[in-house]
Amino acid sequence: MAKEYETVIGLEVHVELATKTKIFCGCSTAFGGASNTHTCPVCTGMPGSLPVLNRQVVEYALAVGLALNCDITRTCKFDRKNYFYPDNPQNYQISQLYLPICRNGYVEIETEETDEKGAPVLKKVGIHEIHMEEDAGKLIHDEWEDCSLVDYNRSGVPLIEIVSEPDMRSAREVIQYLEKLRMIIQYLGASDCKLQEGSMRADVNLSVREVGAKEYGVRTEMKNLNSFRAISHAIEGERARQIDLLESGEKVLQETRRWDDNKETSYPMRSKEDAQDYRYFPDPDLAPVHISEEWIQAVRDRQPELRDEKRRRYAAEYDIPAYDIDIITGSKRMADLFEAAVAMGTPPKKVSNWLMGETLRLLKERNMDPEDLRISPEHFSKLIELNEKKAITNTVAKEVFEILFDSDIDPEEYVKEKGLMTVNDEGALRKTVEEVIAANPQSVADYRAGKEKAIGFLVGQTMKAMKGKADPAGVNALLKELLAKE
Amino acid sequence: MDILELTAVELSEKIRGGEIRVRDAVEAVFERIDGTEKELNCYVTLEKEKALARAEEVQAKIDAGELTGPLAGVPMAIKDNLCTEGTLTTCSSKILENFVPTYSAEAVRNLEKAGVVIIGKTNMDEFAMGSTTETSYFGATKNPRDPGHVPGGSSGGSAAAVAAGECFAALGSDTGGSIRQPASYCGVVGMKPTYGTVSRYGLIAYGSSLDQIGPLTKDVRDCATVLEAIASHDAKDSTSLERDDLDFTSALTEDVKGMKIGIPRDYFREGLDPEVKQAVLSAAKVLEERGAVVEQFDLSLVEYAIPTYYTIAAAEASSNLERFDGIKYGFRAEEDSLHPMYKKTRSQGFGPEVKRRIMLGSFVLSSGYYDAYYIKALKVKALIKEAFDRAFEKYDVILAPVAPTTAPKLGDSLSDPMKMYLADIYTISVNLAGLPAISVPCAADEKGLPIGLQIIGACFQEKKIIRAAYTFEQSRKQEDRIHG
Repeated sequence: MAKEYETVIGLEVHVELATKTKIFCGCSTAFGGASNTHTCPVCTGMPGSLPVLNRQVVEYALAVGLALNCDITRTCKFDRKNYFYPDNPQNYQISQLYLPICRNGYVEIETEETDEKGAPVLKKVGIHEIHMEEDAGKLIHDEWEDCSLVDYNRSGVPLIEIVSEPDMRSAREVIQYLEKLRMIIQYLGASDCKLQEGSMRADVNLSVREVGAKEYGVRTEMKNLNSFRAISHAIEGERARQIDLLESGEKVLQETRRWDDNKETSYPMRSKEDAQDYRYFPDPDLAPVHISEEWIQAVRDRQPELRDEKRRRYAAEYDIPAYDIDIITGSKRMADLFEAAVAMGTPPKKVSNWLMGETLRLLKERNMDPEDLRISPEHFSKLIELNEKKAITNTVAKEVFEILFDSDIDPEEYVKEKGLMTVNDEGALRKTVEEVIAANPQSVADYRAGKEKAIGFLVGQTMKAMKGKADPAGVNALLKELLAKE
Repeated sequence: MDILELTAVELSEKIRGGEIRVRDAVEAVFERIDGTEKELNCYVTLEKEKALARAEEVQAKIDAGELTGPLAGVPMAIKDNLCTEGTLTTCSSKILENFVPTYSAEAVRNLEKAGVVIIGKTNMDEFAMGSTTETSYFGATKNPRDPGHVPGGSSGGSAAAVAAGECFAALGSDTGGSIRQPASYCGVVGMKPTYGTVSRYGLIAYGSSLDQIGPLTKDVRDCATVLEAIASHDAKDSTSLERDDLDFTSALTEDVKGMKIGIPRDYFREGLDPEVKQAVLSAAKVLEERGAVVEQFDLSLVEYAIPTYYTIAAAEASSNLERFDGIKYGFRAEEDSLHPMYKKTRSQGFGPEVKRRIMLGSFVLSSGYYDAYYIKALKVKALIKEAFDRAFEKYDVILAPVAPTTAPKLGDSLSDPMKMYLADIYTISVNLAGLPAISVPCAADEKGLPIGLQIIGACFQEKKIIRAAYTFEQSRKQEDRIHG
């Protein structure tokens, strides 16, 4: 009988923090400057330069640690991780090993099981630690000149590394965990957490063991996972690879493997035997960071409402479907837009419909992240209002919304300027409808012969003639009235 | 009047009084350099053109009344491990033979603000590792008191330049005695302030938790004056302290009445040259005669200072020196691929003493040895600090030798590095405990080589040290006048 295996997964997640300046100098963290323009003696490792800690990095790390239910290390320290590589200008990375800022927290994820009330059973994934560190520069390989160049713009950009306990058992749980982390960190404003752009990076530690076994199996670490899809596939692939090895009587080697997204496979980078000795020791250039109770309280007081609380509150306050709540609170930006529009007096249900319908459609069409939404709540509310009081038809509203979505124009001004207001002139409408009836004898005959559907064509023709500025329900009613007369 | 006989403070007074032009002072220094530098080799880099141009600029500011400080117009030298914008900064190493910094160290900037004219960069032991200035890639510096002897180190170039009149004052750095010991060997005053008093920004690090910049000068007044100019709180250095007692020159008073002076018995046992011992004990007598209360006591833990120091300093150095890899600046050995390039660059770029300490430091930090060596050393460091704290509950200052002997002959030290390390015994505890200490000339041995007296204070007690050193110096001058 085939053995049954359990997958054991722990994650190391690097998150790039949203500070304006680097962790140990005043250089900008802005993305995309010309090479080596966001640099100074400190972040290029010039002799004699010294690091000075950016307090905002500690604030963000604290905020994330508190949201992940961690213990805060009251006196934390920075350590040097020594290794030679050109992207690392000092040849040591300033990180935290011995006294990381946060330890011993957890995140709750929803499992596939449900309780007696049908609610999903929650599972805690432990957070082993969170530490602060600096990012490295970027190597650029110039194949034409056959040389490598270094860009230190990224060198010294602040990161936190969130290390989980080996508490996850499936790709699904991993994705749940990552979604949860991403949501919390985005809500805190500590990072935009974009996997594709590298502001969130996950390394997967995975081992398998027979179901019921007490000891963990030998684990591998997988790197270069740039999307949730890659993470899922890498986990499935690595689980299968390890089980194959065990089934054929071979051993899993403790090693670091690199995922190749194009080939959908991983290959070994380095084994435990070539593991480097990083010779960690406390960085003598940086004083220990003392975190007072007051500081922790101040960060706690500034903590925004996180997603779970928001979901509970929406369910209690607004009459909108649970599915809509999930989608809207799934992005801090969208939730903020929703709440601001509602605060302006727009009915929640209407706001929700516009978000779930047109907004999601356009996000998908434009291949955009909800975090990149640019619509202002003022313009959004105004558009819904215009539509609700039938000043513009649904067709026009959708057209205008698309422009609003792309460039946040004032919908009222736009509608006036372009003459898109619904025509409420009874005479003009009646005249157009009569013209349509006269021009389409076949459809009129069909309708009168009992083909109710034929009226749809006539409504369409009328709307077209009115350039969409008529209320379709009114057109329908008027058509029926006039067709019944003959 | 021989300009070079003046102290820095005297010179500046005469410059500000219009008696001497800054240019004349700079030219006098370069004239001396022309005569003695070939033999002594105090400098790695001399910047005559820049210094003369700077002399005009400083003169104009003095004439306009914009520069009125006590160092305005004074030609000074800077140890070659302090970054100077636009001027070669080598740490006396091949690996930085072509390195020109884009910025100046904070201490250097402070001197420039005070109107100092920088004339060049002084020779040193490579990366400040050594006690003789013989490990320099650019050749040894000779002791101006007797060129057959070393000037001490690692700030040997600075001490020798001051002693030879090749500058009026200089900056050095002191990680385990690197200012005080060459000051003692060359017969000048040298001081290491409390850790954190002078910004380390721009000091090319050796042992970051121990390094401090300080003055090497002709007398105690110059020393207090230069220290006052370079000490400042600097937001660019996280270990820099905010102090509101940096008016060191206010302590230049002859007054040690009632001052309690401790002499650690542990420092006067085997290994100490009898002439040096006699000189230090006589110096204590002088202060006693001026009203100080002198007492002997047991400091304890003295024998642990050297292994502790070499563990911590080497560990930090092994990491601090990683950045010298041929990628970004400095010397690069040609190789086709990365790792061979690293190896060849560092093998050719560093001298044997630096390599020895990098290897030692890498070893004590390596996994499996970290707790046994590095962590243990940190614990002993804390105990040594406590021993000093206890002593300073009873005493205002501690008197000690600077080095067990006077300056050794050239070539005698490098053959036995262990012996060289052991000679640091009286200076390194001061760095481990972060304390301030001064070396002030107190006598000469039979051969006429200078002997220094070390006065150590509790943290932040530079003024007590200066007061004791100044009182001693003035008494000695008086003595010389009577007997000399």
